Amino acid sequence: MAWTWPTAAFFIAVATSIVSMGVWEKFSPGGNPRRGIFGIDTTRGDRLFISWLGTGFINLGWLAFVGTPLWGALALAIGWFVFVFRKV
Amino acid sequence: MRKTTNQKAWWLVVPVLLLVAFNAFIPLMTVVNYSVQETFGNNAFFWEGVTWFEKVLRSERFHDSLLRQLLFTGMIISIEVPLGIAVALSMPRKGPWVSVCLVLMALPLLIPWNVVGAMWNIFALPDIGLLGYTLNSMGFDYNFTQQPVSAWMTTVVMDVWHWTSLVVLLCYAGLCSIPDAYYQAAHIDGASRWAVFRYIQLPKMKRVLTIAILLRFMDSFMIYTEPFVLTGGGPGNTTTFLSIDLVKIALGQFDLGPAAAMSLIYFLIVLLVCWVFYTVMMRNEEQ
Repeated sequence: MAWTWPTAAFFIAVATSIVSMGVWEKFSPGGNPRRGIFGIDTTRGDRLFISWLGTGFINLGWLAFVGTPLWGALALAIGWFVFVFRKV
Repeated sequence: MRKTTNQKAWWLVVPVLLLVAFNAFIPLMTVVNYSVQETFGNNAFFWEGVTWFEKVLRSERFHDSLLRQLLFTGMIISIEVPLGIAVALSMPRKGPWVSVCLVLMALPLLIPWNVVGAMWNIFALPDIGLLGYTLNSMGFDYNFTQQPVSAWMTTVVMDVWHWTSLVVLLCYAGLCSIPDAYYQAAHIDGASRWAVFRYIQLPKMKRVLTIAILLRFMDSFMIYTEPFVLTGGGPGNTTTFLSIDLVKIALGQFDLGPAAAMSLIYFLIVLLVCWVFYTVMMRNEEQ
């Protein structure tokens, strides 16, 4: 499968984020759907999915219009995660 | 009465997880790994970082095939959906003709993709094909092997022929689920044919239409076999859609890194559209 450390770290980050949703719900329940600023009902899991999907597009957009390095895209992605989990 | 807690049923999910792992997760992980490396075969890989993503995102070739893909998908949806609704509306709801119509409608869906491509290839050949020969005899300059417009028209018509039935069958199912009482009420109110369609049939078909558009979007966005057999992506690159271009890069040029990067971009677009449609469908259901 031609594994590399960065790709392994990426998948570990994705898996950890999914597992942490379960842990979060177990210790602090409250993942029921709520309506955010986009007018759609989302659970915590939905928000995680939207965050990751958006992160993918942020990074692709950065590469297409700005280029490497991707630190700016990382900062935007973190901001996007915070925005989605708080407001969406 | 005491309820016992037993979580053993979770083990029943294991076969599905294994199946999904082997046909989705593991190939996807492999593609991600390939997308950041270069290989010349012999199982030797060299780290490239995000170079392939940058290269693909900035390449004119990718922009062109993505544009062609979006144009093709837009065209077939804007033809197939209204046509499918029109055919479904004109189909009988009762009597012996129902089965005949349903079987006729289902026939194109049963034909394999490569057979459809081969059929239309022969059908549209300008010198011996029935369609091509007839059009040329009528004075139209038609040759899908050399003219981009003819190639596009043939590809679009072929897809419309193959897949409008799906929209028809879905819409027909939606129409059949409308109780007679709605029509009786509309009749008493003196509603016109258009008003019945606009305020009764169309709202009741909303859900099936969303499913139809989603299915047609996904299928047409990933279309490969039919245009590949019909035109081979030509003339030139005029009918080279995303998947055809991807196969050319991956298998024709054996550029696994750029092909993997392009696959992931392609996958993200499909995922985004799926999520948008899923969200819209769930909202419709709630309403």
